[in-house]
Amino acid sequence: MRPVTILINGRPHQVPRGTVLAAAIAEALGPALRRSVSGQPRGPLCGMGVCMDCCVTVNGQPHVRSCLTLCEDAMEVRTNE
Amino acid sequence: MTPSTSYSSQLWRRLAPELPADVEFDSCGTLWVAVDEEEMAEVRRKHRVYSSHGLHAEVLSPDGVRRLEPNLRPDLAGGLLVSDDAVLYPPCAAGFLIEQAKRHGVQVRTSTAVARLLPDGGVMLVDGSRLPADRTLNATGAWSPDLTPGLPVRKRKGHLVITERYPAFVRHQIVELGYLKSAHSVFKDSVAFNVQPRRTGQVLIGSSRQFDAEHSAVDQHIVDRMLRRALEYMPGLAGLSATRVWTGHRAATPDKLPLIGPSIEHDRIWLATGHEGLGITTSLGTARLLASLLLNRPTEIPPGPYAPARFAGRPATPSTVDHVDRTHSQEPA
Repeated sequence: MRPVTILINGRPHQVPRGTVLAAAIAEALGPALRRSVSGQPRGPLCGMGVCMDCCVTVNGQPHVRSCLTLCEDAMEVRTNE
Repeated sequence: MTPSTSYSSQLWRRLAPELPADVEFDSCGTLWVAVDEEEMAEVRRKHRVYSSHGLHAEVLSPDGVRRLEPNLRPDLAGGLLVSDDAVLYPPCAAGFLIEQAKRHGVQVRTSTAVARLLPDGGVMLVDGSRLPADRTLNATGAWSPDLTPGLPVRKRKGHLVITERYPAFVRHQIVELGYLKSAHSVFKDSVAFNVQPRRTGQVLIGSSRQFDAEHSAVDQHIVDRMLRRALEYMPGLAGLSATRVWTGHRAATPDKLPLIGPSIEHDRIWLATGHEGLGITTSLGTARLLASLLLNRPTEIPPGPYAPARFAGRPATPSTVDHVDRTHSQEPA
């Protein structure tokens, strides 16, 4: 199966089809993908959609849980927002 | 618009420069929205009332409403902008007022429960000890009848939903004109559309009213109705992520006005309760009114409408609920 290419903060990143977005981001950027209210680094914790610490902006929509999102071709992802 | 709401709004505006940032005082204004000509007639009536009190209010066309709040549905009939209205974050506002009180020598005791109010003045605590006082003020809101049995105050439950951060999704407090019908409906559970922006960008969504719902658990069927109503006015809310739902109980009186002043039975026991959805808005005015009355000074607004004595001669526990048709402009939720 052909890989998909997503954009993370404007930079292309290629992953196998079916990759969970949180995993793609971790591979590209490391464990932290957002900041807490007081500016502390945060990243996915539960991996199952309840901790809300994996949220990123996907195709303009904020507060999307990356652990519940599969990568799609040309998906635009913004982190740390 | 009762004297106490405009009086209190003025007091908040005067206090605003002293409030710390965490109180999140925001003069975002209130936008009342109308769906049809009947509601627009009410908009024009409210405009006259506000103007007669010397307050800024502006009647808006549907385009005017849309320009102010692009996320409202496009087919509204118009609205009324009350630009001097504000919102704030109540827990931090209460904290600020407590700190101010302490600076003026008030002793604040927490985790100390009052068992009963003493008719000669003061209170008895649950541990049996007594705190004497010349005057005791019962300001326990929806629970005030527990300390002053027979008080005509009923619990009126409400729900609120708060969202994740969506800066500028909502710029003003927005209220549907039907809110007033909901606040005044006596027998049925009701919902009315109301949103408030927080400085965090979170959207606070309300409102609901229920009598005879003493438990504080969330009633999902009411939340569903409330959110369906909200979506009728602001369809884009459907795409927002809600983080929390919770409930509270308002203190409701038969004539929709608070009880401020000496209680009927004991002149050393005073009351400040029954403010329904306007407790925060009218807190400052209530305090100044009480201070004037306690110190025997001329009051800045007439105290008569709020006198607990107006309920003298009623049965001890309200067996009927009087519905007085009174259309004030309210600060909702």
